[in-house]
Amino acid sequence: MKRTIHDFRVYQNDHLSNDYFVLYLDCPEKMPEILPGQFVQALVEHSPATYLRRPFSVYHVDEQLNRMALMIKVAGIGTAALMKLSAGDTLNLIYPLGNSFEMPEGDHALLIGGGVGIAPMYMLAKRLHDLGKKVDVLIGGRTSKDIIEPNLYREFGNVHITTDDGSLGEKGMVTQHSLFSGENLPFSKIYACGPDPMMRAVSNLAKSKGIDCEVSLENLMACGIGACLCCIVETNEGNKTSCVEGPVFNTRDLKAWQ
Amino acid sequence: MSDSIIKPDLSVKVHNLNLKNPVMTASGTFGYGPEFEDFMDVNLLGGILTKACTSKNRDGNRYPRMAETPMGMLNSVGLQNKGVDYFIQNIYPKIKDYTTEVIVNVSDSTVEGYMEVAEKLLPLEKISGIELNISCPNVKEGGMAFGTSCPMAASVTKAVREVYSKTLIVKLSPNVTNIAEIARAVEDEGADSVSLINTLLGMAIDIEKRKPMLSTITGGLSGPAVKPVALRMVWPVANAVKIPVIGMGGISNASDAIEFLLAGATAIQVGTANFIDPAVCVKIIDGIEDYLIRHKFSSVNDIIGKLNIQ
Ligand SMILES: Cc1cc2nc3c(=O)[nH]c(=O)nc-3n(C[C@H](O)[C@H](O)[C@H](O)COP(=O)(O)OP(=O)(O)OC[C@H]3O[C@@H](n4cnc5c(N)ncnc54)[C@H](O)[C@@H]3O)c2cc1C
Ligand SMILES: Cc1cc2nc3c(=O)[nH]c(=O)nc-3n(C[C@H](O)[C@H](O)[C@H](O)COP(=O)(O)O)c2cc1C
Ligand code: FES
Repeated sequence: MKRTIHDFRVYQNDHLSNDYFVLYLDCPEKMPEILPGQFVQALVEHSPATYLRRPFSVYHVDEQLNRMALMIKVAGIGTAALMKLSAGDTLNLIYPLGNSFEMPEGDHALLIGGGVGIAPMYMLAKRLHDLGKKVDVLIGGRTSKDIIEPNLYREFGNVHITTDDGSLGEKGMVTQHSLFSGENLPFSKIYACGPDPMMRAVSNLAKSKGIDCEVSLENLMACGIGACLCCIVETNEGNKTSCVEGPVFNTRDLKAWQ
Repeated sequence: MSDSIIKPDLSVKVHNLNLKNPVMTASGTFGYGPEFEDFMDVNLLGGILTKACTSKNRDGNRYPRMAETPMGMLNSVGLQNKGVDYFIQNIYPKIKDYTTEVIVNVSDSTVEGYMEVAEKLLPLEKISGIELNISCPNVKEGGMAFGTSCPMAASVTKAVREVYSKTLIVKLSPNVTNIAEIARAVEDEGADSVSLINTLLGMAIDIEKRKPMLSTITGGLSGPAVKPVALRMVWPVANAVKIPVIGMGGISNASDAIEFLLAGATAIQVGTANFIDPAVCVKIIDGIEDYLIRHKFSSVNDIIGKLNIQ
């Protein structure tokens, strides 16, 4: 798949809270096909302290209108600068980057997103739904403020929520949700994206239940295109780049996760 | 016909290498070339310097291997590559038809290792030169140790010169007190060109975790932050040696490149800037051409080393 560079035009910046926002972007040219799990490398302009590009998962794509959206949580200087973008501003992206989620063998998938880790799950839920798969979405966060746009997923399947403080959904971590209380879980595949400890906990749970599990890693990146070898992940087959051979990995291949 | 439409000659010669233009990509920042084919026609480049090639497979250092710093970055990749035999069998076939020059960056921990890689690369038709990396700050043995002492730099250059008859470029470390002395030492042992600078040793700390940002604690600094330091090293080296000098360090646009040419570099390399704009090298080539037209120079050679210090 050919990767490209485009100057997108911001047509809306939805501030969902003090920390979370969704950038809606118009592409001046026809966008190449973007698969669930792929990401962009965004150039943060007017932020002198931000030299390297910043990676973000693609949240939505509208192929007809040639638009995409990114869901971003403020983590530091670069994301804070992006939060200030407004309609009419441009955002330069290198995309589509990385591999994508693999479609499951079975017919029932569970998608788990922790905080802003829910971002790549929208396209995945839509794709699975279009393929006629049954979808369950589990969203976890520290408080209700970290549960972003949960109702969007209802058109694809059941939505479940956990928060650490119990302010929304069940109290606890995603892996403590009552979905997992039974001996035999109905899912043939679990997909997860979120903080590292969360993904590891999900991976262990999936393994103990004998369920195939894919995660989207958020390794630090410099180039995003396989040139610098900064983003490596240790796998059973040696070092792999998170930006080209990832960011999606099957947890059975991750050496440090066994 | 006005002379402004006559295109200036951008070609330069580095020993036996005939470069279409003085713009090359720096080792470790451009893969082997195919990684950038989506973004540009790599054959427009003066040359491509490959990722470091060592005698055996190397996994490199542990993650995290990078940290962003003001206008630059630290890396401690540590020469990750699958070794020279893998390069010859699997990578060379993909790049052998390029019409740009391909130069392999050669690294190792022992003199014998450097010699083995050089000998194995010698028969490859497309590879008209190698760049000896005696300046990698990110490996425990070898690497920079060879480049920070005159006798060691001289001995590795001499040994490789004996087995390698094509263009031999030696890449110098800036982590020394007198870089011109090292440049002269490798020139005396038969180097055909010197390239500089490799990364500057640096360090960054995560104060929340009270831990170093890199798994190796220290790493190599690159990007615009190092440009003034790089330029001030290219300048004395260009004055100290007769062989052509290849300049690099923080070059991000045509003006940066022209500064290095004026300081005495016959060609330049672009590294970290490729990460910000994967098509930046083409823009630099065009920008140099515009500059030559604007100042009515018919060849890029007219500006090399033409810094006016009166
Ligand atoms: C493939 C991929 C997809 C991502 N998708 C999204 C997304 O859809 N939405 C979103 O909000 N974020 C996403 N991230 C994380 C996002 O890239 C970082 O939050 C962002 O780069 C931080 O930039 P900053 O300048 O604001 O922070 P900085 O000022 O650079 O750093 C502030 C803090 O953020 C942390 N940080 C920096 N880079 C990363 C990183 N790559 N991953 C995690 N933490 C980081 C640092 O450790 C530091 O503590 C993704 C990361 C990757 C690698
Ligand atoms: C991620 C990364 C990897 C590098 N790997 C190598 C390498 O394998 N061999 C080498 O000689 N130099 C290597 N370098 C150094 C560059 O080739 C160059 O000398 C240095 O980065 C300065 O140029 P720049 O500021 O334009 O990047 C690397 C630099 C970076 C940023
Ligand atoms: S970020 Fe450069 S290789 Fe992955």
